[in-house]
Amino acid sequence: MKKLLVALAGLLLCGASASAQKKPAPKAKAAAPAAALIAQGKTVYTETCLSCHQADGGGVDGLNPPLIKTSYVLGDKTRIVKVVLNGLQGVDIDGEEYNNAMPSYDFLTDQQIAAVLTYVRNSFGNKATSISAAEVKAIRAANKK
Amino acid sequence: MKNNLLRLLLVPTALVGSLSLYALTSKVGPPAPDADNAGLKLPAGFGALKVVETGARTRHVVVTPQGVIYAKLNRPDKSGKGILMIRPGADGKTQTTTGFGSYGGTGLYAKDGYLYASSDEEVFRYKLDAKGEVTNPEKPEKIITGLINRRQHESKSVVLDNSGNIYVNVGAYSNSCQVKDRQKGSLGQPNCPILDSAGGIWQFRADKLNQTYGDGTRYATGLRNVVGLDWNQQANQLFVMQHGRDQLHDIFPELYDTKQSAQVPAECLYALKKGDNAGWPYMYYDGQQHKKMMAPEYGGDGKKEATGNFIEPAAAFPAHMAPNALLFYTGTMFPERYRNGAFIAFHGSWNRAPEPQAGYYVVFQPFKNGKPSGESEVFADNFAGSPEKAATGRADHKPCGLAQGPDGSLYVSDDKAGTVYRIVYAKK
Ligand code: HEC
Repeated sequence: MKKLLVALAGLLLCGASASAQKKPAPKAKAAAPAAALIAQGKTVYTETCLSCHQADGGGVDGLNPPLIKTSYVLGDKTRIVKVVLNGLQGVDIDGEEYNNAMPSYDFLTDQQIAAVLTYVRNSFGNKATSISAAEVKAIRAANKK
Repeated sequence: MKNNLLRLLLVPTALVGSLSLYALTSKVGPPAPDADNAGLKLPAGFGALKVVETGARTRHVVVTPQGVIYAKLNRPDKSGKGILMIRPGADGKTQTTTGFGSYGGTGLYAKDGYLYASSDEEVFRYKLDAKGEVTNPEKPEKIITGLINRRQHESKSVVLDNSGNIYVNVGAYSNSCQVKDRQKGSLGQPNCPILDSAGGIWQFRADKLNQTYGDGTRYATGLRNVVGLDWNQQANQLFVMQHGRDQLHDIFPELYDTKQSAQVPAECLYALKKGDNAGWPYMYYDGQQHKKMMAPEYGGDGKKEATGNFIEPAAAFPAHMAPNALLFYTGTMFPERYRNGAFIAFHGSWNRAPEPQAGYYVVFQPFKNGKPSGESEVFADNFAGSPEKAATGRADHKPCGLAQGPDGSLYVSDDKAGTVYRIVYAKK
């Protein structure tokens, strides 16, 4: 219960700070994420994800899917966080087959996962809401069961 | 004739050579190359044309003695066909394209009146008639079945020898047989169990139905993934190109930096004998030191050499360039030095990032008496479209298949845009 409260508080805080930061773009619900989070996310991306998904996020034909406007990248936060926590193999991405394996990155901290996914969701032409460390923490906890 | 000559005088000099030669040798000679040589960079005297732009993922390609072209599609096209049959006209350009076979895959080979084609689990064969056309497009014989496909290194390339055997690659469904595939720091599984059913070349009979592992022989093992392979007629021996391991830095960042990861593990050409072991996953071949190195998953540290009875490569090529086709040239159209040498189609890298990507070209490796002899050289370049597109990996075309036409033309298929190229030699 205490944990849940902490998580909730984190969610609220993050939401508040994000919306306080800038006027939202007319259509997108997403407020621009904090520059520091994006910078940290870029570092994690370069060290951990770039070798497969490439510098431009465009992936590799038939091997590693693009991180550009896929249903995974723009969609449900739980699903994308779980991809990073558990890895992924043998699943078609938006109707396309990719024949390579993504390993688990559960050794990344909640903060690192939040940062890298916020970076991905707001780079390469993507625009989607930020993901907070608290959200990752909650998803990780549920993922273990 | 006068008119033609006048017109010829008006075209740029580079073109004059090939066009006038074509005019002099018309009917018997090769078709005229495209004005821009299909966008390729070739050695002097060579030209290229685009036979067809299919828009499909054309993997391996075959040309029959009658000049009929077949291309295997990685996934069935919009009409649900997995093999294209292409009939070119006198100008070398496609007149008709039809399709058959409802399965995707890579492997395609023709020999002695049969066309062999693979899905990612099975191998089929089709009877060819006197015109080089398939007689049983909807009812092929299934000769091999039940090959492992775990959606990594899944393609099943095929080639035949001269004794009625067919050789099939079964790629390892793993990068380096780690306990957890591609996971940072995960060690190698002891006595890698993948090698029982994958990570090697299997030999079967070309004319027997429904064979599976028990009916065949594991001809060679310790091969991570082979996409390009061919039978060398001079040595009467199987040669294969292995895709070397990925991600040395991602998995063992304390042992390898990103540059070493991008440049060290060579793409190797192996000459195989029955029973050979090329050493995967226990070693990789360091193309800079020319040494067999112990894999870090199995106790290596970037300095320790491999122990174990592993064969030496016949030749080594730069890392990660993805050799997807191998072809020994036996034609007479190209100059003498190309005869019995190897052409290798490098599909192009992805695992060099953040270093610039490389490949997207066809290399020539000279051979003498069935053995590599001398340095290899880039033969056909610029499939990518520009050096920038090659460096970023955003290539327009990715060479994937090679075939020799009855006149000695070299065909190259591309599985990015689905173009089939024909390279001809026009100087005499
Ligand atoms: C070893 C290569 C590799 C690395 C490194 C890698 N991925 Fe992946 N990733 C893949 C593959 C392969 C798939 C698709 C698996 C499938 O289709 O089943 C994938 C799928 C995904 C997906 C869902 C599909 C999509 O394209 O939207 C996301 C999101 C993703 N990866 C993000 C990441 C992030 C973030 C990192 C770094 C923390 C990362 N990946 C590192 C190979 C990799």
